[in-house]
Amino acid sequence: MKTIVSRIAWLWILPVVLVAWEVSTRAAQAVYFPPPSVILARLHELWFSGPAAHVFLTDEAAHHLLPSLGRLVVGWAGACLVAIAAGVALGRSAVLCDVFSPLIHFFRSVPPPLLIPIFMTMTGIGTPLQLTAIVFGVSWPVLLNSLDGARYVDRQYLETCEVFGISRFRRLTRVILPAASPKIFAGLRISVALALIMMILSEFIGSTEGIGYRMLVAQSELDVPTMWTAIVLLGILGFVLNAAFLRFERHVLTWHRGARKTD
Amino acid sequence: MLEISDLTHSYGAYQALGGVNLTVAEGELVCVVGPSGCGKSTLLRSIGGLLRPTGGRVLVQGRPVEKVPDDLAIVFQDYSRSLFPWMTVADNVSLPLRRRGGDRRSRAAAAVEALEQVGLPAAAGKYPWELSGGMQQRVAIARALAYKPALMLMDEPFGSVDAQTREDLEDLVLQVRRSSGMTIVLITHDIDESVYVGDRVVVLSKSPATVVGDLRVELPEPRDQIATREHPDFVHLRAEVGRLVRGMRSGEPAAAPEAEAASPEQEPAPAAPKA
Amino acid sequence: MTNARRTLRGVLGVAGFLLVMEALGRTGIIDPYLIPLASTILTGAARLLANGEFLSQVGVTLSSCAIGLLLAAAVAVPLGTAMGTVPAVERSLRPLVEFLRPIPSLALLPLAMFLFLSGEQGKIALIVYTSCWPLLINTLYGLRDVDPLAKETLRSFGFGSYDVVRLVSLPSAAPFITTGVRIAASVALIVAVSVELVAGGDGIGVFVTQAASGNRRDVVLAATLWTGIIGLLVNSLLAKAESRLFRWHRARAGEEAL
Ligand SMILES: Nc1ncnc2c1ncn2[C@@H]1O[C@H](COP(=O)(O)OP(=O)(O)OP(=O)(O)O)[C@@H](O)[C@H]1O
Ligand SMILES: [Mg+2]
Repeated sequence: MKTIVSRIAWLWILPVVLVAWEVSTRAAQAVYFPPPSVILARLHELWFSGPAAHVFLTDEAAHHLLPSLGRLVVGWAGACLVAIAAGVALGRSAVLCDVFSPLIHFFRSVPPPLLIPIFMTMTGIGTPLQLTAIVFGVSWPVLLNSLDGARYVDRQYLETCEVFGISRFRRLTRVILPAASPKIFAGLRISVALALIMMILSEFIGSTEGIGYRMLVAQSELDVPTMWTAIVLLGILGFVLNAAFLRFERHVLTWHRGARKTD
Repeated sequence: MLEISDLTHSYGAYQALGGVNLTVAEGELVCVVGPSGCGKSTLLRSIGGLLRPTGGRVLVQGRPVEKVPDDLAIVFQDYSRSLFPWMTVADNVSLPLRRRGGDRRSRAAAAVEALEQVGLPAAAGKYPWELSGGMQQRVAIARALAYKPALMLMDEPFGSVDAQTREDLEDLVLQVRRSSGMTIVLITHDIDESVYVGDRVVVLSKSPATVVGDLRVELPEPRDQIATREHPDFVHLRAEVGRLVRGMRSGEPAAAPEAEAASPEQEPAPAAPKA
Repeated sequence: MTNARRTLRGVLGVAGFLLVMEALGRTGIIDPYLIPLASTILTGAARLLANGEFLSQVGVTLSSCAIGLLLAAAVAVPLGTAMGTVPAVERSLRPLVEFLRPIPSLALLPLAMFLFLSGEQGKIALIVYTSCWPLLINTLYGLRDVDPLAKETLRSFGFGSYDVVRLVSLPSAAPFITTGVRIAASVALIVAVSVELVAGGDGIGVFVTQAASGNRRDVVLAATLWTGIIGLLVNSLLAKAESRLFRWHRARAGEEAL
C-alpha cells in the first residue's frame, strides 16, 4: 500500500510539467505551442466525439486512425513471424549462417527510409506501400537477432537433447526457441520502434489516409492544434505499444531474469 | 554391458586418449579417476556417443556406439546448463519420457516418482533456478532415473556442490544403484569419493590417458559415510589410488608396490615436465 | 582457419546473391526496369564515387548525424550520470523519461519544420531528440551496474562523491555508454534520412528523392548501397572499438543490437 502511494507520489513531475506548459504557453502566446487544454479539447472534438456505437470514434478517427493501426499491426506481426522462422532456420546451420550473415548485416545497416522512394515506384501510394515499408524496416533486425540467438544455443542444451533422444520437433519448440528467445526479444523490441517510424514516414510520403497523413495536412494548413493532437496520438500509441510489449516480454522471459539473478 | 578397446582420441594434434581399455559388467558401479585435464570427459563423451573418437572401439550392450545409445543417460557436471531454465522441474524431468511412450498422465507420474526418489517431491512446480545447486543436481539425477536407462554416465556430478550435499548425493547414487540395478560409470577427480562409491576404481594417467590402475573395492555394504571411511580397507585403497594418481602427477614412476592390480596395458608414463 | 572459411562463405554468399539477382534480371523473371540488374547497380555505385554532388550530400548527412550525436551526448551523459548517482533525481525524472521516450521522433517532424527556419537545424534537433534516449538509458544502466564494493572501497579511503563518480562510476559505465553511442548512431542515420526525404534540404535522402523522381532506380539503389556500407562500417568500427577498449567488460550492455 505504502509502496503504491509513494510510487504515485513520484509521478509529481507529470502534473507539474503539464501545468507549467499550460501557464507558460498561455503567457507567451506561442503560436506553435498551444496550451495542453486546447490540444485536449481538439483531441476530443476531432477524434473521440463520435457516437457510442463506434466506441466514440469520429468518422475522422475511423478514416485515419484505424488504417494506420491495422497496417502497423499486420505488417509488424507478419514480418516478425517470418523473420523469426527464417532466422531460427538459418541459425541452426553453421554453413547457412556464414553464407547469409554478411548479407543480412548489410540489409540491416541500410536505413530503411531510404528505400521508400523506390518502394513507391513499385507499389504506388497507399496500403501496399505502408505494408512494404513496415515489413522491410522490421524484418532485418528481427532476422539477425533470431539467427544469432539460434546459432549460439548452449552446446550442453543440445547434448542433453541428444542424450535423452528428444525429437527434432520438440528440440526446436521446447529447447532452441526458448533458448534463443532473449535474443529474439531484443530484436523485437527494436522492431516496434522501427515499425512506428516506417508507418509514420510512409504515411507522410505516400498516403491519402492515416495519422501521419492527417498530421502533414494539418501542418500545411497551419492548423497547429490538430497537428498537436496527432503528435499526442502517436505518442500514446508509442507508449502503449512499448508498454504492452514490455509486459509480454516480462511474462515470457520470467525464467530468463530469474536464472540470471542467481548467476 | 560396456566394452572399450584401444580407444584413442586426438583434438587436432593433441592426443587426449592414448589407448584406453575397459570392460564394465552389467550392474557394476565403476568410478573413473584421473588428474585434471587427463581426458575423463573425453572418455565419457565417447561412451555416450557425443563425440566420435579418432580410434578404437566402444561397445554398449554389444553394439558399437555410433550415436547416443537408446538406453543411456548422462548426468553432466554443470547442472545449470543441463537443466532447461525455462521449464519447471517436472517438465524438465518428464520431457525425455515421451520417447518411452505412455500418455501425459503416466509421464507426469513417472516424473513425480523420480523426484520422490531423490527427495524433492515438493520441487515439481518450481523452476531450476529457484533451487540450490545440490537440488538442481538432484533434479538432473531424477531426470536420468525417470528415463530408466540401462547405463548411466555421470561426469563429475558432484564437482560443484558443497561437502555436505556431496555426501548426500553420493549416498543417493548408492541407493539408486541398489534399488534399480543399473550400470553406472561415474567420473570424479576425488579419490575418496571414488573408493566410497565404486565397486571398482579405474585410474587414468595424464593425457594421453591410459588405464594405469583398476582396483576392486570390497567394502562392507551398505556403505556409511562415517564407518566406511574409517574402515582399514578404505584407508588402504584410498592410499593406493592416491599413489596411482599422484605417482603420475609428480613424474615419479607409478611404482607403488601394491599396484599389481594395474592393467597389463600400463605403459611407462611419460615424465610430465610440470603440472 | 575457421575464420578464413567463414569469410570465404560470406564472400560466396554475397557473390551468389549478386549472381542470382543478375540472372533473375537478365532472364526477365524480375523486370530489370523495376529492379535494375546487379551489374548496373554496381557500376552505378562505382560511378557515384566520382560524383561530387553525391559525395557532398553524403557529407551533409554524416555531419548532421555527428553534430546531433555530439549534442545528444553532451545532454544525455551528464543527465544520465546525475540520474544514476542521485536517486532522487532519477525517481523524479524517470516518469518523464518513460513518457517521452516511446514517442516516435518522426511525430515531431512537422513541428520541427515549423520551429526551425533552416531544415538543417530541424534535422539536427530531431537527431538530438532521438539519440538522447539510448545514450541516457545506457548511461543509467551502466551506472547502476557499478560494483558497490568498488565505490565503498574508494569511499573508505576518504574520497568524496565527486571522485567516486570520476574514478569508479564513469569508467565502469563507459562500455555501456559506448554501446549507447553505437545504437544512437544507427538511429541518427535513420532519422536524418527520414527528415531529408520529407522536408528536403540537403543530404542523401534528397539525393535519392531526386534520383527517384528522375526514375533513376539504378542511382537510387547505388546510393542506398553506399549508405548501407557506411552504416555497416560505422557500426562495426564502434563495435570493434568497444571490444578493444573494454576487453574486461564481459556482459554486453542493455539493448543488444541496433
Ligand atoms: N574440444 C576440445 N578441443 C581441443 N582440446 C580439447 C577439447 N576438449 C578437451 N580438450 C583437451 O583434451 C584434454 C582432456 O580433456 P577432458 O575434458 O577430457 O579432461 P578431463 O579429464 O575431463 O578434465 P577435468 O577433470 O578438468 O574435467 C584436455 O587437456 C583438454 O585441454
Ligand atoms: Mg571433465
